[in-house]
This record gives sequence, C-alpha cells and structure tokens, in this order.
Amino acid sequence: MKALVVERNVPRFAAARVASILGSGRGAGIGPLQLLDAVAPDRPGDDWFPLRPLLSGICGSDLATLDGRTSRYFEDLVSFPFVPGHEVVGVLDEGGTDHAGRPLAPGARAVIEPVLGCATRNIRPVCERCGSGHTGLCGNLTSGALSPGLQTGFCTDTGGGWSTAPLMAHASQLHAVPDALADEDAVLVEPTACAVHAALSAQVSDGDLVAVVGAGTLGLTTVAALSGLVRPHAPCTIVVGAKHARQRQLASSLGADQVVPPDQLARAVRRAARSRVLGGRLTEGADVVFDCVGSTASITESLSLVRARGCVVLVGMPGKVTLDLAPLWHRELTLVGAYAYGNETAPTPGAPDRRSFELAIDLVGTAALGRLVSARYPLERYEEALAHAGAAGRRGAVKVAFDLRNPKGRTR
Amino acid sequence: MSPRPGFVLDVDSSTPSTLFWHGERFSLETLPEGSRVIYAPEPMDPLSDPQAAIRHALTHPEGDRDPLPALLFQGMRLTIAFDDISLPLPPMERPDIRQLVIEQVLDLAADAGVDDVELIVALALHRRMTEPELRHALGDRIYDAFAPNGLLTQHDAEDPDNLIHLGTTDHGEDVEINKRAAESDLLVYVNINLVAMDGGHKSVATGLASYKSLRHHHNPATMRKSRSFMDQHKSELHTANWRMGRLIRDAGVKVFQIETTLNTDTFPDAFKFLQKREWEWKAKDRLAFLGASKALDRVPARYARQIFHSVKAPHRMTSVQAGEVEAVHAITTANVWEQQGVVVEGQTDILTMGLPYISPYNVNSILNPILVACLGLGYFFNLYRGKPLVREGGVLIMTHPTPWEFNPVHHPSYIDFFEQVLSETTDANVMSEQYEHGFATDPWYIHLYRTGHAYHGVHPFYMWYWCAHALEHLGGVIIVGGDPKAVHRLGFRAASTLADALEMAKDLVGPSPTLTHLHTPPILMADVQ
Repeated sequence: MKALVVERNVPRFAAARVASILGSGRGAGIGPLQLLDAVAPDRPGDDWFPLRPLLSGICGSDLATLDGRTSRYFEDLVSFPFVPGHEVVGVLDEGGTDHAGRPLAPGARAVIEPVLGCATRNIRPVCERCGSGHTGLCGNLTSGALSPGLQTGFCTDTGGGWSTAPLMAHASQLHAVPDALADEDAVLVEPTACAVHAALSAQVSDGDLVAVVGAGTLGLTTVAALSGLVRPHAPCTIVVGAKHARQRQLASSLGADQVVPPDQLARAVRRAARSRVLGGRLTEGADVVFDCVGSTASITESLSLVRARGCVVLVGMPGKVTLDLAPLWHRELTLVGAYAYGNETAPTPGAPDRRSFELAIDLVGTAALGRLVSARYPLERYEEALAHAGAAGRRGAVKVAFDLRNPKGRTR
Repeated sequence: MSPRPGFVLDVDSSTPSTLFWHGERFSLETLPEGSRVIYAPEPMDPLSDPQAAIRHALTHPEGDRDPLPALLFQGMRLTIAFDDISLPLPPMERPDIRQLVIEQVLDLAADAGVDDVELIVALALHRRMTEPELRHALGDRIYDAFAPNGLLTQHDAEDPDNLIHLGTTDHGEDVEINKRAAESDLLVYVNINLVAMDGGHKSVATGLASYKSLRHHHNPATMRKSRSFMDQHKSELHTANWRMGRLIRDAGVKVFQIETTLNTDTFPDAFKFLQKREWEWKAKDRLAFLGASKALDRVPARYARQIFHSVKAPHRMTSVQAGEVEAVHAITTANVWEQQGVVVEGQTDILTMGLPYISPYNVNSILNPILVACLGLGYFFNLYRGKPLVREGGVLIMTHPTPWEFNPVHHPSYIDFFEQVLSETTDANVMSEQYEHGFATDPWYIHLYRTGHAYHGVHPFYMWYWCAHALEHLGGVIIVGGDPKAVHRLGFRAASTLADALEMAKDLVGPSPTLTHLHTPPILMADVQ
C-alpha cells in the first residue's frame, strides 16, 4: 500500500514555494510530498474504525500547503508527518458506527467529517463549541489523545485520504453514504458541507441580492447551497463572477441568475442593485457577498461589491492579505469567516437542526454535484494530479481527485 | 456644368476595384463580374448666398404661418430649439448651418424687442453636448451671449420640473415635451435635414420629448413597421410622430419650423477620393488613397479615430425653408431626395456595404459593436424607398473592425447592454419586455445622462430596435474583418475576407447570387423600382 506523505522539511517547502510561482501544484515533485509505502495507522481507540479511501479530493487548502503558501497561523495546528486528504469517501471494511451511534455494516461506504474536535480527542467534557455541534470552532485542536491537527488529513495519527491504506475515522466523524450516491457525488460532500455552512450562516433574506466571487469547487457548491437550501425559503438573486467558460456553464446550471466573467461582476452587481458609482465604487451593492477565492484581490473586490452594512463571507481560505479597510469602517460592513461545518439552524421554523454534512449529503444528490469531479488520478501520478488541480479552472476542470479504487494501482 | 446624378455601375472585367470603408480604414475590393455598385449623386450646387436664402425663408414662410418678424413681439417668450451633435455627419466646417440660421432669428428677435429668449439643444435621449461642440454648432458669439446666463440649455428628458404632459393621442400615446418650449409664445426649431428621415413633426415630438413619450414609437413593433424610415408615408415611426406633432399643435404650441438641406460634399480635399468613382480617380487620388491607407494602417486605432473625428465636412446648404411644419417638411424631403436619390432596378441577393467610422451616436467617440449593428442594419439598410435593396431572406455583408470597445463616458449603458442583454437574447421583443424598463429607469444611467455626457440608459435598446426591420427581413448578416467575439455576440457571422463572406452567403442565397454594393458615404438613398 502507498500513501502520499508530507514531511516537515523546510528546504523542500521552500523549493515548492519557488516552483509554485510557475503555477499552483507545480512543485509537487520537489516539495515536501513523497509517495511512500504505507500501513494503516494504529487505532487510537475502540470508537475508531479503519476507512479505506475510494476517492479523495484535492482541495485548495491542500494545494496551498504543498505550495508553501499557507498562513503560518496553521503551523501549530498540524503534526508531521501527515497524509493529506480530507475530502474522502471510503469503505468500512470492518464496519463501524456513525456520528449518531447507528451501526454501519462491513463494506458500507462513508464520508468523514474531518474536523478533529473534542470527541475525537477523547476530551471530556467536550468544549462549549463542540457541545453545541460547532466542532469546527473547537479550541482543543492540539490537546487530548491525538497529536495536533485541525482535521484528518493534517494529523499524523489519523492518516488521510491520499492513501491506499485505510485512515482511522472516529465514529463522530462518520456519515453513511446512501446507495443512490456515486463515489463522485460522495467525494463532494465535504466541500459542499463547507458551502452549506457558509450559505446558511449568512442569513440571506427574502429579496436579497447575493454575489459569489469565484466559481471553483467552493464557489459552485456555494451556488448550489444557495439555490437548493436558501432560496426556497428566502428568494434571492444570485450573481456569480466566474473566470472560465466551464465554470460559467456549471454556475448557471446550478441555479445562478446571472453568471459573468470576473471583470464584469461589478457592473452586473451595480445593475442588479441599481446602484450609482462613486469614484469607481458602488454606492449600493449586494446584500451578501461570498468570497470563494480568499485572495487580496478577491476580498478587496468583495468589499467593493457589498452594500453599506452588508456582509462579506469568506468561504475560500485566505492567507496573509493586504486590505484597505476604509470601506469596511466607513460603510459598517461585516467581514465574517465561514470555516468547515457544524449544526445548521433549519430555515423552516420548527424543523430540527441538522449537521452541515447531512444537508450536504442530500444536496450533492439533488444537485448532481458529482459532475464537478472532472479528473481522477492514481496516486502514482500525483505530480500530474496536483498540477491539474492547480490549473483546474484554466483546463476546464473543477474537482480533481485521487482514485484509489483500482487494486492494480494500489499494489503498484 | 450641373452635377451628375447617382449611378448604378455594372461590374465587368474592366471595372477597377471598389473602395470599401472599414471603420477608420478602407480597402479596395474586387467584386464579382455582374455585381452592381450604387454611387451617390455628385454634390448639388450650394446656395450662392445662404444668408439671403435664410432671410428669404424667414420672411416668406411656407404653409399657414406668418413671416417670422410678424410673430415676434416685445414681452414674448421665444425659444429656439436646434438639432444636436448627431447632425450633420461628419460635423460641418464652420460656420455651421445652425449658427447661420439662429443668428438671423436672433437679429429679428432683437429688432422686435424680444428679450426673453432661450436656446435649447433638442437632444431627446442623446448625450449632452460639450462646450466646444456647442461653440462649433452655434458660434462663439451666440454661445458667449447665452450660455453664461443659463439661457442655453440642453433638453433633459428626465427633469420632471421642466416637462409638461400635453395630452394623449387617439392611439394612447403620451405627449410630454420640454416645458419651456411648450409654454413659449413661439418655438422656433432649427433643423439640419441630413436624410429624409429628419425633421417634420419628429423634430419637436422626439427631440424635445421625455422617455415616457418616446417609448410609444421607439419600440420593436413601430420600427418593424417603418419601411423605410426614409419614406415618411410608409414609416410607422413618422406616423406616430405626426400624431404627436398635431396634438402638440392643437395644444397651442406654436412652432415655426426651419429646415435646411445639405449637398453631398462630404470630405475635405485630402480625402476627396472617398467620394469619387474609382475609375475616375486621377493620379492625385490614387496617391492620396495609398498615402492615407498606409498611414492609417500604421497608427493605432485610437489615433486613426482621432484623425477621422477631426475631419470637418465641407457640406454646403442647398435649401432652406421655414414656416408651418408639414408644409416645410414636404419641400425639404423633396430636396433631400433630389440630392441623394438614385433609381435602382430590382433587389439583390447580397447587399454589401463598407461601414465608416461615424454614425449619429458616436461623434467624437467610438463606434461600438451595437452602433456598428445600428449603422448597418438601422441606417444604411433603410436608405431606400419602395423595397429594400436586398431581397427578403437575402444576406447583408458589412465590413468593419467591430472592436469590443466602448466609450464609458458616452455609452455606459451600452456596455451593460452588450454584456448582459445581448448575452441572453438578440430578440428585440424579448429584450423590450424583460430588460428595457430596468435600463430606462436605472438611477445611475439617469444621473449620467442628466449630469454627464452619457446617452440615456435605454438608448442601446433603441439602437437594437432600429435594426428590427432588417433583422426580420434578412436571412443572414456577415461582418468582414470584425472581432469574432463581438460579432458573434451581436448574433452575426464573422468572416476574414470579403471572398470568404461571399462563400458563406451562398449557403443562404444559393450558388449564383446577385450582388449590389452600397457605395456610401456620401449618403445616397435608393429608390428601388
């Protein structure tokens, strides 16, 4: 069995950072990632189960890590060496128990909710955030029975999805995959859960104008979440800025009212908001802007698109950015992060709260999000896979994943 | 020697290549034998003493209207409205006709002791003119006498305080026009009738109207029923304006109409070859063509644009008539046809036209893709009386670079129209129903129209509606040498060369099509028999 492993190797991180100048993911061959023989990690406890990955996605945060571009904020929230891969659908060869205590038969497929909160770390009592279901906000990510790591795929004890060897999943992390979902749908559950969390936490109101900046995986799943979960209860207009033609097609098919190239987004928002323009910025704007990129340019743009007292939701993982916050101050804007997942308040009054993951599992089926998986690679071709993922939009792709289902590939 | 009339050339093996405009450039193209080329009549002799002719017109009015001096009296309110930057094309050398006419009207007003006089640019939903443009049209003396005192204004179709609703026609059309003009004791309107479409009741009913009023005739249904705009009696656009004009008259607005016609002397000496027939080019013309072509090919488009927009036409006045609107306009229209009319026998399968750098809506600006469409399909296609030059289901081939480029000061809503509306639909009815209201009432466009130099937000829709008759009539439209992305956004097909375009056209009109080339400018109007 093989796994891609990230070692703490400063020269290799530096080399990857230099190589990434040529394009994200281009430094895979000289960076900190190596393909090594692997075995399943030790089982941390009785409520942990081996999950053999079937498909594992390549996320923007993975690429940022491998490119050496991740914020130093995360340095203490990982433990080396680790196997990346937190977007995982796998099979429980020995069965297990899901997050709600329901049994999962041997051979059942499951996705993991990768946050390593109090429950996974055997911390009792759990912290207030974990207790309220908001495990993404857990403050004990470096404590307890596990090595530091904010998620599976960044922790040395659990393994990760970029491996033909099983990773270890805690019962609280496991969600069964319905038979109707293909593996391609299931591997999209994790990013879709992030989008669901962002879309529902923004409290979009009836009649709002919503702008989505960026149409990679997070942008498109955010559009799907807004269309499928928010709009039925709060009819809103969704305008999307998408750089590439394939992204624009998908955004439209997922329910965006208007999809435009990025350089036309400000004008599209201006028209929809019937705003004036003052010194190159809008006097009105979108009620809510979802920044699904996380760069200096995208956040700056998002701040310029939102109306006074409007809200910018950072869905894409930002790093160190330089921003002019004068408009935030002057227009009393809200800039809020949307990380991971948790318990979501049901938009229908009286309905019970649900996990972001549960809503995402429903959504990937109804919106057929498996179509966002554009390319699958065996682990051995990880350099190509990462380069493809780094240039996904330009190459007409959205989600690139490692395909770990081929036994021949696994043994090679 | 009297000027030669228009001419239809049958192309044969000895015919030299034909000049095609291509925006700020031009080229010589070889047309297939058997093609026809329509040339404009040579410029008519201008009035030998335009000042005397104007004075005569003002004192010897047409129709049921007293001479102008008899209509002027001390204590009256006099308003003089005049055509805006869209006329003439290209802008004429100084002195502009508007200056010549208005100076005499003001002299008569002064003689009568009239001291409440205001000048209004009748720009409808067009952009406001700049000070240099106003000085060019009116002369420095008039500008300096009126503008500093706020007595030279530009019509504002969005100013509720200076609009008055005069009534509704029997077709349910709102008639709402400039309040100052409507409430004056006399409204003098000064026209430049470049083509037969200009003037008549359209001057006041359109030039001084509000959006609320204009939308009744600037819409897809009216435009489709205007066949053509140059033939007043077969133009629904004109029929609606005449209904409105008569309502304005019946509401008590006294209009003294002054209309003028121009000859087809369009280009100064350096570019005179552009209005000559190619087989009559002399060595000097060939040298001028070569020099201009080479020079323009070497300079960036924006400099070529600047060069051409600095060109002032040596147009000269061929007639001036004044008095009652309809009586005046009948004479004017006849004079326009006398200068521009060319009899053409029968229609053609393929009509070609080289589009120049200028249209009524991009003086000192960019001919953006929407204006390219409008110039070709709205204006040149409609330069006919009787039947269109091209048969139903035929193909129109235009040559123009059609850049994806807009002037953001003049055409801000055009950018949005191109990005949003045309990316969704090219159907005039659909865009009218789904998008027009939003653009027309967009507060930002209204602000820019009222305070800057922007066309009204609804204007790009009107440009597209202007094409409606042609789009319904034609089987296909091909643009040669255009930016393919921009051409496709317009819903047309792009070709690299005229030869390619002709091959593409054969898919629609058969293997042995007839071809006619409209050799304009100078402007001509085809009387298709």
